[in-house]
Amino acid sequence: MTEAIDKGRRQLLTAATALTGAAGVAFAAVPFLASWKPSARAKALGAPVEIDISKLEPGAMLKIEWRGKPVLVVRRTAEMIERIGRHDDKLADPGSEKSRQPEYTKNAARAIKPEYLVLLGVCTHLGCLPQNRFAAGASTDGVLTADWPGGFFCPCHGSKFDLSGRVFAGVPAPTNLEIPPYGFTDDAHIVIGLDQAENA
Amino acid sequence: MAETDTAAAPAGGRLARLGAWIDARFPMSTLWKEHMSEYLAPVNFNFWYYFGSLALFVLALQIVTGIFLTMSYKPSAAEAFGSVEYIMRDVEWGWLIRYLHSTGASAFFIVVYLHMWRALIYGSHRKPRELLWIFGVLIYLALMAEAFFGYLLPWGNMSYWGAQVIVSLFGTFPLIGDSLVEWIRGDYFISDITLNRFFALHVVALPLVLIFLVVAHILALHEVGSSNPDGIDVKKLRAPDGTRLDSVAMHPYYTVKDLFGLSVFLVIFAAVVFFAPEMGGLFLEAPNFEPANPLLTPEHIAPVWYFTPYYAILRAVPAFAGTQVWGVLALFAAVLLLFFVPWLDRGAVRSIRYRGPIFKTALMLFAADFIMLGICGLKPAVQPYTTLSVIGTIYYFAFFLLMPWYTRIDSHKPEPARVRR
Repeated sequence: MTEAIDKGRRQLLTAATALTGAAGVAFAAVPFLASWKPSARAKALGAPVEIDISKLEPGAMLKIEWRGKPVLVVRRTAEMIERIGRHDDKLADPGSEKSRQPEYTKNAARAIKPEYLVLLGVCTHLGCLPQNRFAAGASTDGVLTADWPGGFFCPCHGSKFDLSGRVFAGVPAPTNLEIPPYGFTDDAHIVIGLDQAENA
Repeated sequence: MAETDTAAAPAGGRLARLGAWIDARFPMSTLWKEHMSEYLAPVNFNFWYYFGSLALFVLALQIVTGIFLTMSYKPSAAEAFGSVEYIMRDVEWGWLIRYLHSTGASAFFIVVYLHMWRALIYGSHRKPRELLWIFGVLIYLALMAEAFFGYLLPWGNMSYWGAQVIVSLFGTFPLIGDSLVEWIRGDYFISDITLNRFFALHVVALPLVLIFLVVAHILALHEVGSSNPDGIDVKKLRAPDGTRLDSVAMHPYYTVKDLFGLSVFLVIFAAVVFFAPEMGGLFLEAPNFEPANPLLTPEHIAPVWYFTPYYAILRAVPAFAGTQVWGVLALFAAVLLLFFVPWLDRGAVRSIRYRGPIFKTALMLFAADFIMLGICGLKPAVQPYTTLSVIGTIYYFAFFLLMPWYTRIDSHKPEPARVRR
């Protein structure tokens, strides 16, 4: 008796086994890949933080940490707020259309209350911490020229932002500094990480 | 050859009998002959052919020193920086082991860059050695990943911010960017969790990948045979009796030559380890002597020198259409282009000795360009470095992408029939 080899059947079985095996490998990979996501503890540690702004002087800045990122709170003076509106033509995204911020801060002052500016101190280029260079005019180290209206300067790659964290055109950073979700619980306290509506 | 009949004791002493006993069970002498005593390599290897064996030595050095560092290092955000200081100050000879490892990382890249340069000048990547070259590029990629993960481990401020910048690169991809970055870090920022997983990748995963790739690289080399500075195929050169011409056995001829190369390398390497382990901030950067601080960016973030040519390319591409993904794509493209070199080069001959003036000029300019980009990447993004980076990036891509054209129209000299001694 000769045993004819049914090659078609053999190929079908090989393909079916390979596919089943591949599906098994794909399912087995899920737990390993998912184990890289933030753990329950990491999520808990990323919870909102409350800060006291009652002792923040006009023109001064407070820096706190939320989810490992620096959050900058600036109490802007009336003169500083007035300086923001003069240079929209030099900005890359004056209306914050392409930038990230909660809906309730997408306004002229990029804030819930124009006096208090809340920003993530993370350059939108590559994540460096921008320095506060609030004084207008040329700087002694030469990186800022006489037409500097005051704002933030990133020392890593030279990105410039105004006193609302809006980015100037022609620098490496493509968008304005991000604003985290925040809200006022009362006149003296800001909670970072929860939206205004959730704080009320 | 393997003895099948172990009952008949072979001639010779105890050692020969032990050898025969093993050979009947494991291809010990077969492997030795195939890869050492009977592996025939061209007779005309010059100085440039040292760097393969040196790379193998540095890999072994990194593995041994790495194992010993792991015995005293603590992969946690709270203890990492302190444990490295502990190794430097309190562990007997710890400073030497750590400096061997940190200097070894830079030495690895120097040796690998020279090894790749050798392949470019002598056309070692050309048919039939394409796969050998591809394994080599994969080793280079794995080495870059290994170096990147390792650089976070001391948990210095430059470690921290360097990792921050590199991980952020993945955040520029549209739609998936943010979740991808969160997945890589395992947290909302570079944290203890990130450090712990980078440690696992650095000490377990990537060394295994590297060793596997190195074995594949050597097997591919020994399958096709080594290239040589004349770029001619010595495998085809046969004496009338069929024996190979212009070839000598790897052992003892090249093992002895490589030992000499290793001695010279070790003199230089030891001088750096003992007298300039920081290499003026190039091998160990100054901000890394301070612990990681998420709220304090170093004045100027520069990656370690071996990444700076690509860093310059990244910075040279401006953001447009509201995203800076273009710079990141250029960076990846710059590395991935290397895979295609065997097919991009259409020159009639392999070795620089017989190539025409166009290729010689293009290649020398490329070397200068790569060094210039490396310098630009070390400097802050100010003039003239920003303009030089742009020029350097354009030339980098032009060198590879125009290669099929300029290597074809280039002239060449006739190759010799036998290798030049």
